[in-house]
Amino acid sequence: MPTVIFQLPDGTERKVIAASGTVLMQAAVSGGVEGIVAECGGNASCATCHVYVDSEQAELVGPPNDVEDEMLDFTAAERRPTSRLSCQIHLSDALDGLVVHVPEEQV
Amino acid sequence: MTSTAGVVVVGGGQAAFSVVSTLRASGYDAPVTVFAAEHHLPYQRPPLSKKAHTEPEGLRVELVPESFYRERNIDLRLGDDVVALDTAAATVVSRTGARVPYAHLVLATGARNRPLPVPGAELDGVHALRSLDDALTIGRALTTARDVVVVGGGFIGLELARVALARGARVTVVELADRLLSRAVSPELELPLRERHEHAGLQVLTGTGVRALEGPGRLDRVVTDREHLAADLVVYGIGAIPRDDLAREAGLAVDDGVVVDEQLRSVTDPRISAVGDCARHPHPHAEGPVRLESVQNAIDQGTLVGRRIAGSPASYESLPWFWSDQGDLKLQIAGLRSPADEVRLVPGDSPERLAGYAFRDGLLVAVETLNWPAEHLAARRLLERRTPVSAGDLAGTTLGALARARRAAEVRA
Ligand SMILES: Cc1cc2nc3c(=O)[nH]c(=O)nc-3n(C[C@H](O)[C@H](O)[C@H](O)COP(=O)(O)OP(=O)(O)OC[C@H]3O[C@@H](n4cnc5c(N)ncnc54)[C@H](O)[C@@H]3O)c2cc1C
Ligand code: FES
Repeated sequence: MPTVIFQLPDGTERKVIAASGTVLMQAAVSGGVEGIVAECGGNASCATCHVYVDSEQAELVGPPNDVEDEMLDFTAAERRPTSRLSCQIHLSDALDGLVVHVPEEQV
Repeated sequence: MTSTAGVVVVGGGQAAFSVVSTLRASGYDAPVTVFAAEHHLPYQRPPLSKKAHTEPEGLRVELVPESFYRERNIDLRLGDDVVALDTAAATVVSRTGARVPYAHLVLATGARNRPLPVPGAELDGVHALRSLDDALTIGRALTTARDVVVVGGGFIGLELARVALARGARVTVVELADRLLSRAVSPELELPLRERHEHAGLQVLTGTGVRALEGPGRLDRVVTDREHLAADLVVYGIGAIPRDDLAREAGLAVDDGVVVDEQLRSVTDPRISAVGDCARHPHPHAEGPVRLESVQNAIDQGTLVGRRIAGSPASYESLPWFWSDQGDLKLQIAGLRSPADEVRLVPGDSPERLAGYAFRDGLLVAVETLNWPAEHLAARRLLERRTPVSAGDLAGTTLGALARARRAAEVRA
């Protein structure tokens, strides 16, 4: 299963091995990555699982879906071109080595 | 105090998890012990009424794996509940006889279901939903149920009703009040919500009391004060009662929940805090002390107490918000509405979307949305920052549009 890397606002890095069939948000929460609050548990209701995909990999990960796209306008931290809700990113081996940046604030 | 006393948390739910994960993330390094009555790792409850019945065995609801607690040196005692607090000795006593001293005690005991006070409530085929075990039981019952009666038209009842409907049962919701979700949602929004449920095939009886559940051994009908309903499964959800008995027995102030101050400390004993469903607390958005039953409240209160114990005190003022998925309806609420507030319904940009703006003294205080998460988030951003939004500001526009315009203006300034 893919390994994903979370870069935290304080400059540190967390590597997490994702379980099969999960979404990025779950990998973060299981790995105890601070800063992914995920209040709604992946229900596309809260926007507290916001991440910035590394710009080199943005194309591989793909764009947000329609509802997600609208929600991203109202995240706590500023929206950037590679903003995604991590509960909407489905992991697969193709995303092994994915790097995402965790924003300063989620709520 | 002995040097071994650290934090003891009573309860292994959403709020307890938030406390202990925050403590360790904030650098707290004294002992942390969690007593959790259930045998499951701390888990999320929302999926239980929304998903657990479609995929009960496959559903993963635990918040984090067991290794999370181990790696952080959190002593998680599953299946052992605290039975007494000795506040004079600052020690808790568990059912298995463990005595653990504390420097800080956090009560995160949640709530239990209000029992159904009618004859027959103990029959086979009658269930309430609170725990993962309940959800698995109801999930199994739904594989054969043909006629399902849901007693109580609140969030859990309506969510379950739509799950049962999706599984092919005939479903009737029986509600004593004259409308659905009477405590939580405005009458204005309730109407379209009810219409959509009926359109999807739910039978909804409001203003109807249940008198008895009957059957020879096993349930087969529900007697209401209007008619008899055939039923091979009854699920009831008629509200929750805070689990505050430990606190009461220990002599702490209790009033439908453990009474705490704005930093969530017991008003009787500052070494004890209460968080989540079991706490009654002051809130800047409410007129008097409130007790909130939501994931947001459990997480934010746990975070606040964890940080306070680790050395960063603050007052609790998070904006309350809530969501409920009822079949294809995603209902979200931001802020606290009171019955006297004026509600204006505003259609969304597609037929399934709808928002209700609640105004008090001409200013926006709460927003209810159907199938419109972006509008809900915009509401949260504006209400959280306490940006005054008047009824006039919202004439002919939506909060989303207003928030975007204000953000753009900030960027230009
Ligand atoms: C079916 C269902 C669906 C829900 N859906 C939503 C939703 O969609 N959105 C939302 O915002 N909220 C929802 N909620 C509400 C939300 O789950 C609760 O508000 C939240 O779980 C409260 O967290 P808590 O930690 O205070 O209590 P809980 O999560 O209930 O945890 C309390 C735990 O403490 C344990 N305990 C109690 N006494 C003791 C003791 N003496 N010793 C040891 N352990 C003890 C209990 O066994 C329990 O496991 C739902 C609730 C239910 C039941
Ligand atoms: S976890 Fe709530 S939107 Fe992703």
